[in-house]
Amino acid sequence: MNVLLVALRAIFINKLRSFLTMLGVIIGVASVVLLTSIGNGLSAFVTEQFNELGANTVIIFPGDVFGEGGGISSESTATSIANSKLTQREVTQLKRLREHVAEVAPFNLQSDVIAHGSTKKRTTLLGTTANYETAFNTKPEKGRFFLDSEDADAERVIVLGYELAKELFGNIDPVGKRVTVGDQSFRVTGVVEKKGGGFGGPSFDTYAYIPLKTFFRAYDTSKIIRIVVKTKTIENLTEHMAAISSELEKSLEEDEFSVVDQSEILGSINQILSVLTIALGGIASISLVVGGIGIMNIMLVSVTERTREIGLRKALGATPNLILLQFLIEAAILSFFGGLIGVAIAFGGTLALQAFLPAKVTIDAVLLAFGVSSLVGLVFGAAPARRAAKLSPIEALRYE
Amino acid sequence: MLLSLQNVSKLYTLGGVEIRALDGISIQIDRGEFVAIMGPSGSGKSTFLQVASTLAVPTSGSITLNEREVSAYNEVERARLRNKYIGFIFQQFNLLARTTAQANVELPLIYAKVSASERARRAKEMLELVGLSDRVRNTPAQLSGGQQQRVAIARALVNNPELVFADEPTGNLDSKSGEDIKNLLTKLNKQGRTIIMVTHELDVAEIAGRLIFFRDGKIISDKKQKKKQGKKV
Repeated sequence: MNVLLVALRAIFINKLRSFLTMLGVIIGVASVVLLTSIGNGLSAFVTEQFNELGANTVIIFPGDVFGEGGGISSESTATSIANSKLTQREVTQLKRLREHVAEVAPFNLQSDVIAHGSTKKRTTLLGTTANYETAFNTKPEKGRFFLDSEDADAERVIVLGYELAKELFGNIDPVGKRVTVGDQSFRVTGVVEKKGGGFGGPSFDTYAYIPLKTFFRAYDTSKIIRIVVKTKTIENLTEHMAAISSELEKSLEEDEFSVVDQSEILGSINQILSVLTIALGGIASISLVVGGIGIMNIMLVSVTERTREIGLRKALGATPNLILLQFLIEAAILSFFGGLIGVAIAFGGTLALQAFLPAKVTIDAVLLAFGVSSLVGLVFGAAPARRAAKLSPIEALRYE
Repeated sequence: MLLSLQNVSKLYTLGGVEIRALDGISIQIDRGEFVAIMGPSGSGKSTFLQVASTLAVPTSGSITLNEREVSAYNEVERARLRNKYIGFIFQQFNLLARTTAQANVELPLIYAKVSASERARRAKEMLELVGLSDRVRNTPAQLSGGQQQRVAIARALVNNPELVFADEPTGNLDSKSGEDIKNLLTKLNKQGRTIIMVTHELDVAEIAGRLIFFRDGKIISDKKQKKKQGKKV
């Protein structure tokens, strides 16, 4: 107990030096916890988004998405979108599989400029069928989604994303108003409720939705880049997927499409995210080690600077073990409180980041960073402490 | 007999050259004695102090303190021995900076595992003994040299040691503070403390009852003398 007191007193006597020593650990722990909390938060967010779609959702991609690498490669996805062989024919085929398929929602995307009066915005137009509303859980906040009949007649109706509607119309209710896309005029039937997300990338809130047939005519295409299918049951998902695959093989080659359930997509996204989290955490933990070296550095300086003090303590009856303990405790206290402050900063940082990112502090990350920082303090404090313990009292007292 | 050295030698090797800092010293010191040790630099008086106080281990010979053979003690045993039986007064005071007088005096008691309240009580008592009861909360930077040395003396006495070693206790002080310290040491000796003091100032050595001269690691003279009082200041 007395040694603890002696160590605490030494720390408080040199407040600035103690703080600077802690700084390395503070930064290390804060960055480890913060970065892993971002990674974990993203992963939780993605999982949540997918769960919102429902476990019976199957997505048909053009091309062989899970071909070689076993994961979604952006390059193959990009080329397969451009060369998509999916068309209305496959959609009709799938709709016929009544014992397997509950709903089929195909879509295609196109970037274009949308205008209301003099306000122009670049947006992504999503051409789809009326059941996209239920398949993708896209509820209108105002007005309504477009209807099957409007799709069948290729009517020029449009549903706006939440943000897009705000940017074009401000506080005015857009339902029934007209907007221009390219050189064609569209009637707004509804505004979709806020979906959030996007991580600074494209968000569905800035999208606009038009009927698929209207989309085909406007952009002179018949391609579909995704078909979202809700299967009849969740239990027999593999069976349903096999039926879907064999149905599609009637009109397409095996490598011209991929049937993917959410767990596969989720699995590969989470895999990427966890690799990212580990990589970021790894980089951050280098700073923890640097923090530890900082402790060692300062402790070595401290031992040298306090050589006379050590000599005096030994002359007055401190055994080498007590001196060792004093310096070890000093290092441990510094790294412990450094870790504590670091975790506090990471919590604050996470709260601040939550405005932009779905960051989430996990208890594992806190415990790990904390444990590592305390260990780092002890490991790097050991060398200076041993040096102090070994000093000869006569030499130490003579030290100028 | 409190302290006895029998045929004690201490050898150093400095830059490949062997130095015989103590050359077969034998000496006995009784309880209550006030011994002054003098000699030119390199005569071995400082080495004698280190060896006799168990800060250093002799190369050969035997040392008994209180009838205990201590020359073969290991580092831990010597640390405990110093803590319990020996007090130190240094030329440089060696007080902990930015630490109050009381906390400085308490230092040996921390290693003696004395409780906090008892430490405070005894430290205050010692500071009163050396005439600093109004400086308990002051740090060394707020004290004069003489006051700092008095704090150091309080620290040397707080564990009630059998033997007090003083290494040039007035060497860093002006003459008035030096007289102060001389009077304090005289007073402590009168109260029964055994003091062994190294000094190179003759007027400081005069307050001791026994004067030992060292030269080339040997005792060349060892005489009783009449203790002189320090000047009243």
